[in-house]
Amino acid sequence: MLQDKDRIFTNIYGLFDRSLKGAMARGQWDGTKAIIDKGRDWIINEMKASGLRGRGGAGFPTGLKWSFMPKQSDGRPSYLVVNADESEPGTCKDRDILRHDPHTLVEGCLVAGFAMGAVAAYIYVRGEFIREREALQRAIDEAYDARLIGKDNINGYDFDIYVHHGAGAYICGEETALLESLEGKKGQPRLKPPFPANMGLYGCPTTVNNVESIAVAPTILRRGAAWFSSIGRPNNVGTKLFMLVGHVNTPCTVEEAMGITFRELVEKHGGGIRGGWDNLLAVIPGGASCPVVKAEDIIDCPMDFDGLRERKSSFGTAAVIVMDKSTDIVKAIARLSYFFKHESCGQCTPCREGTGWMWRVMERLVRGEAQKREIDMLLDVTKQIEGHTICALGDAAAWPIQGLIRNFRPEIERRIDEFTRNAHRAEPVLVAAE
Amino acid sequence: MAKLKVDGNEIDVPDHYTLLQAAEAGGAEVPRFCFHERLSIAGNCRMCLIEVKGGPPKPAASCAMGVRDLRPGPNGEAPEIFTNTPMVKKAREGVMEFLLINHPLDCPICDQGGECDLQDQAMAFGVDSSRYQENKRAVEDKYIGPLVKTIMNRCIHCTRCVRFTTEVAGISELGLIGRGEDAEITTYLEQAMTSELQGNVVDLCPVGALTSKPFAFTARPWELTKTESIDVMDAVGSAIRVDSRGREVMRIMPRVNDQVNEEWISDKTRFIWDGLRTQRLDRPYVRRNGSLAPATWPEAFAAIKDAVAKSAPDQIGAIAGDLAAVEEMYALKLLIQSLGSQNVDCRQDGAALDPSLGRGSYIFNPTIEGIEQADAILIVGANPRFEASVLNARIRKRYRMTEPLAVGVVGEAVDLRYPYEPLGAGPETLKELAAGRGGFFDVLKNAKHPMIIVGQGALARPDGAAVLGLAAKLAEAAGVVKDGWNGFAVLHTAAARVGGLDIGFVPGEGGRDVAGMLGGSDVLFLLGADELDLAKAEGAFVVYIGTHGDRGAHRADVILPAAAYTEKSGTYVNTEGRVQQTSRAGFAPGDAREDWAILRALSDVLGKRLPFDSLAQLRASLHQAHPHLAEIDEILPGSVADIGKAAQLGGALTKTAFASPVEDFYLTNPIARASAVMAECSALARGGFKQAAE
Repeated sequence: MLQDKDRIFTNIYGLFDRSLKGAMARGQWDGTKAIIDKGRDWIINEMKASGLRGRGGAGFPTGLKWSFMPKQSDGRPSYLVVNADESEPGTCKDRDILRHDPHTLVEGCLVAGFAMGAVAAYIYVRGEFIREREALQRAIDEAYDARLIGKDNINGYDFDIYVHHGAGAYICGEETALLESLEGKKGQPRLKPPFPANMGLYGCPTTVNNVESIAVAPTILRRGAAWFSSIGRPNNVGTKLFMLVGHVNTPCTVEEAMGITFRELVEKHGGGIRGGWDNLLAVIPGGASCPVVKAEDIIDCPMDFDGLRERKSSFGTAAVIVMDKSTDIVKAIARLSYFFKHESCGQCTPCREGTGWMWRVMERLVRGEAQKREIDMLLDVTKQIEGHTICALGDAAAWPIQGLIRNFRPEIERRIDEFTRNAHRAEPVLVAAE
Repeated sequence: MAKLKVDGNEIDVPDHYTLLQAAEAGGAEVPRFCFHERLSIAGNCRMCLIEVKGGPPKPAASCAMGVRDLRPGPNGEAPEIFTNTPMVKKAREGVMEFLLINHPLDCPICDQGGECDLQDQAMAFGVDSSRYQENKRAVEDKYIGPLVKTIMNRCIHCTRCVRFTTEVAGISELGLIGRGEDAEITTYLEQAMTSELQGNVVDLCPVGALTSKPFAFTARPWELTKTESIDVMDAVGSAIRVDSRGREVMRIMPRVNDQVNEEWISDKTRFIWDGLRTQRLDRPYVRRNGSLAPATWPEAFAAIKDAVAKSAPDQIGAIAGDLAAVEEMYALKLLIQSLGSQNVDCRQDGAALDPSLGRGSYIFNPTIEGIEQADAILIVGANPRFEASVLNARIRKRYRMTEPLAVGVVGEAVDLRYPYEPLGAGPETLKELAAGRGGFFDVLKNAKHPMIIVGQGALARPDGAAVLGLAAKLAEAAGVVKDGWNGFAVLHTAAARVGGLDIGFVPGEGGRDVAGMLGGSDVLFLLGADELDLAKAEGAFVVYIGTHGDRGAHRADVILPAAAYTEKSGTYVNTEGRVQQTSRAGFAPGDAREDWAILRALSDVLGKRLPFDSLAQLRASLHQAHPHLAEIDEILPGSVADIGKAAQLGGALTKTAFASPVEDFYLTNPIARASAVMAECSALARGGFKQAAE
């Protein structure tokens, strides 16, 4: 179990002072100037050495991503964009950072912005996050007032931070759709290449990072890459905010070491599964878009990128959705299908047409009103969407269904059988009134 | 150049090529819906997926990936792409299935049937049956104007129409609203689109979602005879294809001609065809006792013979209209000359253009394609949006390129679909500029390829010659005409005008011009000339040779029914001086004949037989007199010295502001005025496009 001294987010529950004063008392903004004085290359190398992988779901090495930014400007400014459009069902970590520990993010923006030579950071906050935006704005204002950021600040790097409030679309959490939305256009993903590091916000080099990736950076740099990489398993190092949601006794967001087993995570922080371990049905380990994993596969699985990949799922944002045996698993996945159908931007064909198709078939599967061959057809449709779309939403919509069919085909078939058995119930023949 | 392998064949393609273009260059066919050469890349239909060797284990959208984005193999081998692997085949079938699940199965009643990209590609790249069992999506149809009909169930959301209207037409009136499967193409408030180029979305739509409203349910594409021809609605001379069934023109489509219209045509060009059927003159008429009565050809000719015999030779005149072909003007000129008169004129608007100054003084010297090189454009007394919509789109295309374009306008401050600097209203502003004063003079002076577009609004006025002189002076002073670049451009509005000036259809020595002829002639021949104040021609015996019962025919004493531009092979010279020929798509109605044949027959009756018995003989004679007219699709460049000659023109300037001669874009000629579609568009435009959705 992670010791308190190794926690990066010291006020994730909002129990202490959230203001700048309180944050500084907890060690934030400590020696920021010293970090910046060590230079860009040192910061990027340190981030690379720390082994931090992006916390937004894809797990791309953060230091490497920063290093893609041009060292020498060609006349265009560079931007840092922070993705606070946290909309993945089950995920609620950035929200706690924004409202309870916003200074980790503000400081992270300055450090990361300096490391990539950005002139400003834009924080794109999800539309539904009203109070979170207010808390973040308060923290930024405090930082400006204390001359920690802005022009001629005491840290010696001119840097502005702007908060942009989205309108509440899941797709705007996709990095290029987010940039489009920031530019005032309709939130639809862009074609890649060119990648944002080349042509991002307003056509300028841009790096888009998750809130957590940025927020942990100052502490990593303060305590050293070696400290961070000593936690967890190789290639899956550091601490991570886990979200335990669903059928655990005490759902919570908790910072833990990467690679903690599911059993330990639930026992220590979740207060056990509702109704005991025998009552566990399945787990969606990383937010709505990750394939579901059966109970017996996940109980002793180390919760990190590689551990879950071995279980044919993914770590995602570490939003662990726990489902006990009272769950109608088909209906649960059908609901997720509805979510993706609702949030598809409609730009490219497979996702626009496919998400609706999948959802409609799923709804029938919930009732069992289908042919068994339609299960394979549905699986085929998910494969037809996966990898054929502009952005990853198509993949995200396909994976939960693939996970369901992989793990719960007998349950689906049982429902079809049951429905078929009852299809010719002896009911009075209805006669129209004459 | 970049080297790559397409399906195993190594080819060299230019660096800027996309993989789709490279694949086509390598001989592989790549299906596509959203990609269009002249629009920006959307990459959203996903039909053009191909496999890239060494890339991620998923197919790539070939329209959106450049050959530059490809990485060579580990040992420096040329990058490799495949268009025929199982992965590609499966991806195409998958996308096609998705496109079809919500597409209605109404091909039998769809106007796109037979020329539908979705139909064709479903045949070529799709699977034979559908696995989709659910209900199909239903989308409400939208009202977007009288020209484009929408059946939105069929839309596949390729957004070509949205990209065309915003990029080429310059209107943000069409967009994709909603998201996911609820996304819809609409004009938001369901107002009519205001663009003069909106008809092109019909061609761009790969399915039957946007179809031609006037053409709806009238014909199938495979039963139409296709004739390649040239448009005469304006002086651009757009390349068109006339689709006819029997004698009737059913619709008009654009052809690709990169030098002129790329592949766009204006709405007037496209939807004029119903005007070719109504108000037609299909038999000769002779005025008896004050009213026009049907007559035979000999009766009509006899009446003309009487009138000519009674008249003194110098009291006979001829005016050519805006739609006349070079051949008939040539024949008419010979006829009038043989009658002993020098009174001929093709400038029915009275424009002060003089062919004796040389060709350079009256053509669009920099050429339409040359607009793309221009970096500063001064527009004098023209509204290119109405006078030459397709040419205006070319200016907008230039404006959208990376290098900045400065546009200044002397004349009316109208919406041209691109920003410009209004410099002033009339000749005085031009005088200031010609004297080297004003900021825009420096802009022209410092530009590498400056252009001055002089419209008929600046020339067809009493001080037109002086204005032309001023514009030419400015062109010389500001370096618009220099080595390797002639930026002096006269924008015509009439298809017949440059051809008429080329063959010298202007008053000869001692001859009278249009105003003079209207003032006092005994016999006046009107070759489709309707844009005149014929009330002035009091007492004259008017012979109208034309196609429609319009102003000229109403005033005529003898009407000789002629063939419209789709019913004859005629030479037209566009505003650039480009010689082009129309082809006959059908025969003229009733007793109507081709104009040159009428004139030839009349000359016989008048005892002045013209020296040709066929169109070929006429052309031979014409080409001998004017060799450049034999060079089809070519431009005989105007000489730089001609502009120097024009700069000598002088005279008193008035203070009247320049005004475009095209007051109503939709009603500029007799054919348009006979068209119900044009009338509807015109009423809508006059009413400010305020008509509510039905």
